[in-house]
Amino acid sequence: MNRMTLDLWVGIFVAIGLGALLFLALKVGNLSSANTGETYVLKANFDNIGGLKVRAPVKSAGVVVGRVGDIRLDADRYEAVVTMNISSQFMFPRDTFAKIRTSGLLGEQYIGLAVGGDTELIKPGEAVKKTESAMVLEDLVGQFLFNKASEGNDKK
Amino acid sequence: MLDRATSALRGLGSRVTSRIWRLGFASRFLLATLLYSGTSFRRFFLTIREIYFTGVLSLIIILVSGLFVGMVLGLQGYDTLQRYGSSEALGILVALSLVRELGPVVSALLFASRAGSAITAEIGLMKATEQLSAMEMMAVNPIARVVAPRFWAGVISMPLLAALFSAMGIFGGYLVGVVLIGVDEGSFWSQMQASVDFREDIVNGVIKSAVFGIIVSWIAVFEGYDSEPTAEGVSGATTRTVVTSSLAILAADFILTAFMFRGA
Repeated sequence: MNRMTLDLWVGIFVAIGLGALLFLALKVGNLSSANTGETYVLKANFDNIGGLKVRAPVKSAGVVVGRVGDIRLDADRYEAVVTMNISSQFMFPRDTFAKIRTSGLLGEQYIGLAVGGDTELIKPGEAVKKTESAMVLEDLVGQFLFNKASEGNDKK
Repeated sequence: MLDRATSALRGLGSRVTSRIWRLGFASRFLLATLLYSGTSFRRFFLTIREIYFTGVLSLIIILVSGLFVGMVLGLQGYDTLQRYGSSEALGILVALSLVRELGPVVSALLFASRAGSAITAEIGLMKATEQLSAMEMMAVNPIARVVAPRFWAGVISMPLLAALFSAMGIFGGYLVGVVLIGVDEGSFWSQMQASVDFREDIVNGVIKSAVFGIIVSWIAVFEGYDSEPTAEGVSGATTRTVVTSSLAILAADFILTAFMFRGA
């Protein structure tokens, strides 16, 4: 086999190999939707973050507007401090409500931002004042049983 | 009685020391290969020729096995997922298992048996027919001329082959899941994109396959170079290449996975 055909075949091989990598990156991975644009930081304190993870989406009205950047425990107040990287094109009013929600029954957890009516906007780096923690199934079941039990006492 | 006991002990000791001696020699050999690899980049045609033999000729087996592995994943995954009513997650299952594990590992195993054994046999035969000694006589360094291009060809080909395997597998999963069974196409792709992370999953998969490429190529060229210059010696070296590199791939895969996907 002469040099030209060898080069041609190896060239084809490398090209389709890189093509496969590109396919994995763009079509299979989230590189195309990854927000590499400008972001600013918002913070929020939660009593309980449930199963929230770093890089979980932050959604407003169901649209992804940012991602969770960092999760730490505030050692003084024993609260979880969640740092969110929000895309710079979205600003939120001061009375925005940050809630930890679950997509579907078994889906991943995300932060939902419910927008209020305040005219002033939260400045970058500030904390979202109003938060709602993740639902913990055990607590819900416990509450339900407690209510049932007290109902039974009333009827007697 | 005592004599027999000591001879058994001595045999054990010599086997252990010979293993360690070989490991040391293999490390020195890898260092020499890296040191003398200037030629394989300055005269890049040498490496391109080896990429043709290791990479291009492995294409068919990699593509076909990737397609079938993906199709099997599609069938098995659908069967399990639909019991929980979440057959839309088929895309995630197929993509993550291929990109993280099966792509790098299975293509490395195939590469070891398809290309690694060929490299060992070739270098071993060159040694048996005294071509390597002849090169040294002509002041051509056989490590620079024969070993290094084959090593680098393996290192370059392996990540590309693994990426092709994964891409082909995802296509196979798509073929079975969406075209044949009828999982919704939109959720197949969108759920896949939502949960496959570029840096976490794809880059780590590429790193894995690059490490496997180094391991397989190193073992293949070393076994060839170290083989006994007889017909029996070459056949033994070829077998050892496949066995050792398969074990090394799986062990390295465990270590790499423990580093990469811990917790998360």
